[in-house]
Amino acid sequence: MIILQVEGVGKQFGGLQALSNVTVDLPQGEILGLIGPNGAGKTTLFNVINGVYEPSDGRIIFNGKDITGLKTYDVARLGLARTHQIVRPLNELTVRENVIVGACFGREDHGLAAAGAIADEVIEFIGLSVRTDQLAGSLNIGQKKRLEMARALAARPYLLLLDEVLAGLNPSEIAGMVEIVRKIRDRGITIIMIEHVMHAVMNVSDRMFVLDYGQQIAIGTPEEVANDPKVIEAYLGDPELAERLMSDAD
Amino acid sequence: MNGLRKYSGLILAIVVVLALVAWPTINGKDITREVVFTMILSVALASSLNILLGYTGYVSFGHVVFFGLGGYVGFYLMAVQNWSLWPAMLAGGVASGTLAFFLGKAILRLRGGYFALATIGVNEAVRAFINNYKPFGGPVGLSLNFSVYQNYGGGAREALWLSFYMLAALTILVIIVSYAVRTSKFGLGLLAIREDEDAAEIMGVRAPNAKTWAYVLSAIFPGILGVLFFFKNGNIEPAPAFRLQLSIEMIVMVMLGGQGTVLGPILGGAGYQRFRGFLLTNPLFKNIQLAVAGFLLLIIVLFIPAGIIGWVRNRFPKLRRVLQ
Ligand SMILES: Nc1ncnc2c1ncn2[C@@H]1O[C@H](COP(=O)(O)OP(=O)(O)OP(=O)(O)O)[C@@H](O)[C@H]1O
Ligand SMILES: [Mg+2]
Repeated sequence: MIILQVEGVGKQFGGLQALSNVTVDLPQGEILGLIGPNGAGKTTLFNVINGVYEPSDGRIIFNGKDITGLKTYDVARLGLARTHQIVRPLNELTVRENVIVGACFGREDHGLAAAGAIADEVIEFIGLSVRTDQLAGSLNIGQKKRLEMARALAARPYLLLLDEVLAGLNPSEIAGMVEIVRKIRDRGITIIMIEHVMHAVMNVSDRMFVLDYGQQIAIGTPEEVANDPKVIEAYLGDPELAERLMSDAD
Repeated sequence: MNGLRKYSGLILAIVVVLALVAWPTINGKDITREVVFTMILSVALASSLNILLGYTGYVSFGHVVFFGLGGYVGFYLMAVQNWSLWPAMLAGGVASGTLAFFLGKAILRLRGGYFALATIGVNEAVRAFINNYKPFGGPVGLSLNFSVYQNYGGGAREALWLSFYMLAALTILVIIVSYAVRTSKFGLGLLAIREDEDAAEIMGVRAPNAKTWAYVLSAIFPGILGVLFFFKNGNIEPAPAFRLQLSIEMIVMVMLGGQGTVLGPILGGAGYQRFRGFLLTNPLFKNIQLAVAGFLLLIIVLFIPAGIIGWVRNRFPKLRRVLQ
């Protein structure tokens, strides 16, 4: 079953074509890795999918429903949750309250008590239990990334959009987070994951999708993508990355 | 016992108000009653504003418009249409709530300073309108026939005491509503909006709706209180009804006590009004009390932005349960 269809989506900011004619079908249960050089339009694609921006062209179909132009809160309630590349904790609320917000206003629209139980479970799962009563603003960056994940998960989404959740984490934290991403998928949640940490995203993704200057230049298994001449060329501006891409694929 | 603990924040807040009410009740003095009247009126107004300012994070600089408009609508019904106080108060609340509802749809999409400016504009516009609105007496306003008070306990003095206890009951009601909002799912949505509106929406909070209802809730009680206040006053005019200074003082009270907490506006309202009373009777400060209020606001924003309660909560996290 296809959970998300992005059909010919384009997005313009003034004169800048941030996305052009992006088309991708996402089967339920898949982890799709979304990569591309800085400024390629990855975050913009997320923003268009979840309603932060309305696309200039094309349509977004989620679970068979056209959600193009819906407000973010309506999209969220349909079961689409996301994290932010630049974290957005609700600073003056505790970790637990942050996660309760996710559960209360997410797909299942829980009351406070039920949301509290979900929050406790999700916080445990994501490994923030010792911080649960701490103000979100006082967390370090790794913890804030976890909080973003916990809030999104508490909404019990069908589709989860992860924007660079590994950035800024140390290697052991990365390994832990990758494990968590796998477990989330095992719960039946479909995931699109934007990531610059190549070995991790190659490792965990079923398929990879590559953007460059707003154009989709490749889609396929991690091996296919890593050996695609167009992808290598796109990353030539960043030779180090191209090299990492090649070596990780082996 | 468990229930007591759970509601300790609310109980503490109500006890503070009851203690204030007990003061003139015990000593029976009119002057004390008047002092406490202004104090708990401030408590009720500040607690109402707190729903918007403290919980939702929207600064309404023109909140007095709801006090004035509600007051005018209720007063007109009493003075011209011979309504009695209770339905007039209700009508005042409905009028202010309705204004907030439609205003909310229009100006709550503005963020930060733009919203604050728009609320001042609204207050000035409504004041200008009423200044020229003949049924409401234009610039002269309206007055109540003295004989009206005989329906409220026998004479003017009885009516004053009655107003005082009405106000006390209303204030406790405001506090219960404020507490209920603070501890509800709706309130959590408001806090999320205050912290980061876009992020809240992305988590599914229907911000436009939630903000509008917060605005309506924060407007209804000032409307009711306006009717009671001007009933007790005996007359109403545009200038005292839409006094921008009261708006600013309401913000000072909320900020002083601690925005976003239930107890903060109670301490802030009572404390500020007591302080103002002292300034008014002091020859040195009598003419510069608004300047002092402004200076106080500056000090709060610079040094204790979380207000008294917020400061204590941060200092002594163990007290968080009680100091809500
Ligand atoms: N709101 C906006 N207004 C104008 N331009 C924007 C806006 N958002 C993004 N852009 C531009 O669109 C392009 C794509 O940005 P985007 O954030 O989607 O890139 P990205 O692939 O996520 O990059 P990174 O890997 O650095 O996060 C960039 O040139 C960016 O400057
Ligand atoms: Mg990005």
